Amino acid sequence: MIAPPVVRLDKVGLFYGQTRALDAITLDIDAGRMVGLIGPDGVGKSSLLSLIAGARVIQEGRVEVLGGDMAGAAHRRLVCPRIAYMPQGLGKNLYPTLSVFENVDFFGRLFGHGRREREQRIAELLASTDLGRFADRPAGKLSGGMKQKLSLCCALIHDPDLLILDEPTTGVDPLSRRQFWELIDRIRGERAGMSVMVATAYMEEAARFDWLMAMDAGRVLATGTPAELLDRTGAATLDDAFIALLPEEKRRGHREVVIPPRAVGAADEVAIEAEHLTMRFGDFTAVADVSFRIGRGEIFGFLGSNGCGKTTTMKMLTGLLPASEGIARLFGKPVDANDMEVRRRVGYMSQAFSLYGELTVRQNFDLHARLFSLAADTIAGRIEEMARRFDLVAVMDALPDALPLGMRQRLSLAVAMIHSPEILILDEPTSGVDPVARDGFWQILSDLSRKDGVTIFVSTHFMNEAERCDRISLMHAGKVLISDTPAAIVRKRAAASLDDAFVAYLEEAAGATEPAPATDAALPSPEAAAERPTYKSIFDLRRMLAYARLESLELRRDPIRLTLALVGTVILMFVMGYGINLDVENLSFAVLDRDNTSVSRDYVQQIAGSRYFTEKPPIVSHDELDRRMRDGELSLAIEIPPGFGRDIARGRRVEVGAWIDGAMPSRAETVRGYVQGMHAQWLSEKARQLYGRAAAAGDFQLVIRYRYNPTVQSLIAMVPAVIPLLLMMIPSMLTALSIVREKELGSIINFYVTPVTRSEFLLGKQLPYVLLAMLNFLLLTGFAVFVFQVPFTGSFGTFAAAALLYVVITTGMGLVVSTFMKSQIAAIFATALLTLIPAVQYSGMIDPVSSLQGAGAFIGQIYPATYFMTIARGTFSKALDFRDLQGVFLPLVIAIPVLLGLGVALLRKQET
Amino acid sequence: MRTANILQLGIKELRGVARDPMLLLLIVYAFTLSIYTASRAMPETLSRAVVSIVDEDRSPVASRIISAFYPPYFLPPQLISHAEMNSRMDAGIDTFALNIPPNFQRDLLAGRSPEIQLNVDATRISQAFTGAGYIQSIVSAEVSEFLQRYRGATAVPVDLTLRARFNQQLNKSWFGSVNNVISMITMLSIILTGTALIREREHGTVEHLLVMPVTPTEIMLSKIWSMGLIVLVASGFSLVIIVQGLLAVPIEGSIPLFMVGTALQVLATTCMGIFLATVAGSMPQFGMLLMLVLLPLQILSGATTPRESMPQIIQDIMLAAPNTHFVILAQAILFRSAGLDVVWPQFAALLLIGAVLFYFSLRRFRRFLR
Repeated sequence: MIAPPVVRLDKVGLFYGQTRALDAITLDIDAGRMVGLIGPDGVGKSSLLSLIAGARVIQEGRVEVLGGDMAGAAHRRLVCPRIAYMPQGLGKNLYPTLSVFENVDFFGRLFGHGRREREQRIAELLASTDLGRFADRPAGKLSGGMKQKLSLCCALIHDPDLLILDEPTTGVDPLSRRQFWELIDRIRGERAGMSVMVATAYMEEAARFDWLMAMDAGRVLATGTPAELLDRTGAATLDDAFIALLPEEKRRGHREVVIPPRAVGAADEVAIEAEHLTMRFGDFTAVADVSFRIGRGEIFGFLGSNGCGKTTTMKMLTGLLPASEGIARLFGKPVDANDMEVRRRVGYMSQAFSLYGELTVRQNFDLHARLFSLAADTIAGRIEEMARRFDLVAVMDALPDALPLGMRQRLSLAVAMIHSPEILILDEPTSGVDPVARDGFWQILSDLSRKDGVTIFVSTHFMNEAERCDRISLMHAGKVLISDTPAAIVRKRAAASLDDAFVAYLEEAAGATEPAPATDAALPSPEAAAERPTYKSIFDLRRMLAYARLESLELRRDPIRLTLALVGTVILMFVMGYGINLDVENLSFAVLDRDNTSVSRDYVQQIAGSRYFTEKPPIVSHDELDRRMRDGELSLAIEIPPGFGRDIARGRRVEVGAWIDGAMPSRAETVRGYVQGMHAQWLSEKARQLYGRAAAAGDFQLVIRYRYNPTVQSLIAMVPAVIPLLLMMIPSMLTALSIVREKELGSIINFYVTPVTRSEFLLGKQLPYVLLAMLNFLLLTGFAVFVFQVPFTGSFGTFAAAALLYVVITTGMGLVVSTFMKSQIAAIFATALLTLIPAVQYSGMIDPVSSLQGAGAFIGQIYPATYFMTIARGTFSKALDFRDLQGVFLPLVIAIPVLLGLGVALLRKQET
Repeated sequence: MRTANILQLGIKELRGVARDPMLLLLIVYAFTLSIYTASRAMPETLSRAVVSIVDEDRSPVASRIISAFYPPYFLPPQLISHAEMNSRMDAGIDTFALNIPPNFQRDLLAGRSPEIQLNVDATRISQAFTGAGYIQSIVSAEVSEFLQRYRGATAVPVDLTLRARFNQQLNKSWFGSVNNVISMITMLSIILTGTALIREREHGTVEHLLVMPVTPTEIMLSKIWSMGLIVLVASGFSLVIIVQGLLAVPIEGSIPLFMVGTALQVLATTCMGIFLATVAGSMPQFGMLLMLVLLPLQILSGATTPRESMPQIIQDIMLAAPNTHFVILAQAILFRSAGLDVVWPQFAALLLIGAVLFYFSLRRFRRFLR
């Protein structure tokens, strides 16, 4: 019986903007096989894999996986628990602050494994990938190769039927690579039906696959078993076969790399020298007592297992890391991080891609050329030259992030060489680069070394590259095991190849330091594997909780953020409650008294004696009045006309002039109110003096009762308003980055390819922040009542219930922002705009909503802070309970499903 | 330090911003629509205040008082019963409730000095004080006019002529719109520079820069000039087109002088953004810090409520904030048409704050790079 094909492609096509990435691919892939995708960088391997995994929206044609159409959301949801996808890039789907164990654990939870099963599986997976020792280390602190292994563990946790691996061993050392494939073989042995699709740049790996498809320019060139391909091309190795399969124009120019021997005596001058270099991070020694001397023009290879200290050593050589002990010299001078001259002579390419994603390829070149102060007239020519050399001419105006890994590596390398440095320090420069490009690259290195005398210090995991070096060093666990020519090393171990010699050295060193990795650890037993957990397809609580747990772990790993959210708000509440005071006092005023009689002085005394005003030296002229008001010295100036006292006595009308500084209207209004009040009071007192009892006939009292806050303290009035403000801004900013950050850093892919639904994802992300915000709420209320002594008179239950609704809304607002923003910057800015301005200006904190006008009034009416502010003031100051406030709850209750719906509608479950 | 490097790195920043259409859209929104809406929405200090009246007298003088409340200061008063008064205030419907007692007119004329009660919702502080003052003078005026008509004058013949200078109508949107521009300047310059630095860190590009002949000072200066330029252009545009043009706010003073002040403010706030970025380790932490800093800057700078009335200690603390000085100089230059002779202390303060923040962030940045 022939099993139906696991993947069926029918005229599948894909465009990125104007660029065609895939062109009418029609192909069946049989189940139970290990299928390899080979081809140069940027021919569409990754695009094809992401379409099959369901991570990307299908544009053209039909993709059938595991017996259904991947264009349908229902089918995707059904089969994604059976598919595992490991995307390209070093640990792109990992969460850097979570530990190794927690990362795998998260995936186990997403796929609904019970606790015991999860722990057992994780232990087995970590043991078989030799990651068990690092179970507690944050994923972000792992070396590139270890991240890849961890990624694989995450992919394997749920026993997939189809395993899709996009360049899984890129940047992984030979020993780990062997272990990796042994692991895959064992899994396949135990799960016979499992199909595996792998894109790889390592041809020696491709040789062990069941079936290969060679791709170029978005099309499939050839398919067949490795033997068939060798037959067809008549080549001896797959490397050669692959090159032979390429179209004529791409093959042209490719030739075997032959590096001429170094001229005798060239090693006299030492370019790079390390003496007893040691690097410690806390009590962990990353590099221990490493010494070497590299002559000018030498190609020096640096090999070693992942995380053995190669990158650290390189960073010490460039001055990026100051050595704990020992000394590094370039051209005989100790490395000094501040020495610009040495930097000009060195080119460095780091392991992780570190060029600017927001600049085009050409702009990146241009920036670097200028920073290295190349002469302006030579820059254009130099850029052209580098682009040609590294075959980047076609992508000069593309953004680096849109390029395939191999091309990005070439770009990094080209950029590192743009200023013709005398020393090149290259950290795994060819990881993920296809064989043809790699050969071309080594040809360049050869020319640089032999013709221009450039010293090259390069780390690599490719043995055929190591063989091309003049000398190599093998490093393990921070120590150099051996340093010699490649041929001498093979001889010393009496090994068949450098690869074997290398593995032998590593195994010996690993055996000496710790028990051998448990490569034969038992895998999940078939019985356990057969029990696939059942899923609810629409909403599954466990999956939601998996995301909630992930989010809360990330929050816990960031105590600074947690402290800022909690302690910061309490401080802010106090500062603002104490600082916002609308009872204006200490206003400066001065008098231009042209009368200067006892009556006029009495009038002035009325103002000067009040607590609202502070008298400044008197004014003598109009010019002075003008000047002092313009300087902003006076808020109020009073002018009393000549003959003021006399005219009053005679019953003639007199006019007192008052000028108010209107530059700040709210202050001016207050001043006006005060002055009018005092004037009226002075008049009635004067009237009583002048007319005696007759005046009393018109007397009445206006008794003002300030309710809810009889002492008119600003803290009492402001604190209930500041709590809604803080609970708006802080929780929404907390959630605003949670999704966009995953988008920017790459882990959003997990959402695309796992069975998580949009609502589970959103609610899971929201839950921890709602809890944090509620904690924040209790803290703020507690401080308000017990520390700042703001009386709480109403129903606390009502207040707390409203607060819960409110923080669900505010965290939801942050999430909605996060779903449609593309960058963290935009998300931060949008959240600040969306919360700060409306919450301060439109929600009744200072001006009541009823007095707002225009669009602002509309915003005030739909803005949730308005309603929570009413509830906060009602329960704090007005002794209200739920019955009095139930009408105000309604808008809050309505807002929650609206925001969730908006979030779900805006969130994409696939990459477009 | 090489100027060419600073220039090149700055151009790089500008290209990065140009690459983010959503960010550009937000910048445009912040400096146009947001300012326009906020300024248009802004009420007078006392505008459309809600007052209700419990009239238990129903006399001519009572109806005089009732008819004296009208827009724009007050919404037409609701006549309610004594029983309704409490519940309406509790529900936050009324800010003021005036209670005219039974037999008010009779007692008034008999010289028994009757009491009118004014209930004020003191949780609405912005209207409580001014509104109470207004109501007091309105009621007094109505009562004395009634008395005058009833039996001739007994009042002291002194009039108070109140004139507001620099903004005769006390139009709150004049200063409000400028204040909104100030908020946006602060917000945008802190966010742009801070995130620009953190992004380099999160994407590992800072490390890359440091193997090139580029110093930390150059990296920081490049971010300050490029992001500052964006903010300066946006705020200049906003001030001339939106504030002066669309909102028709008469600006008396010199706009070039104000733009120099703005440049200093942008210098101080961009330095503050860099400083916050060096304090925060990651984007989420920066977001938190941002909120905690923006809120006091916005509310306690003296633009929302007068500085004079803040407790002394808050006034002193806020002297360290660039916004405080910028608000003072903005009021002085734009509305009182003050010159450099008046505002130089603010200019100096901004320069000092910028320099201090720059120094500390450079130190922190260098230490971070170790």
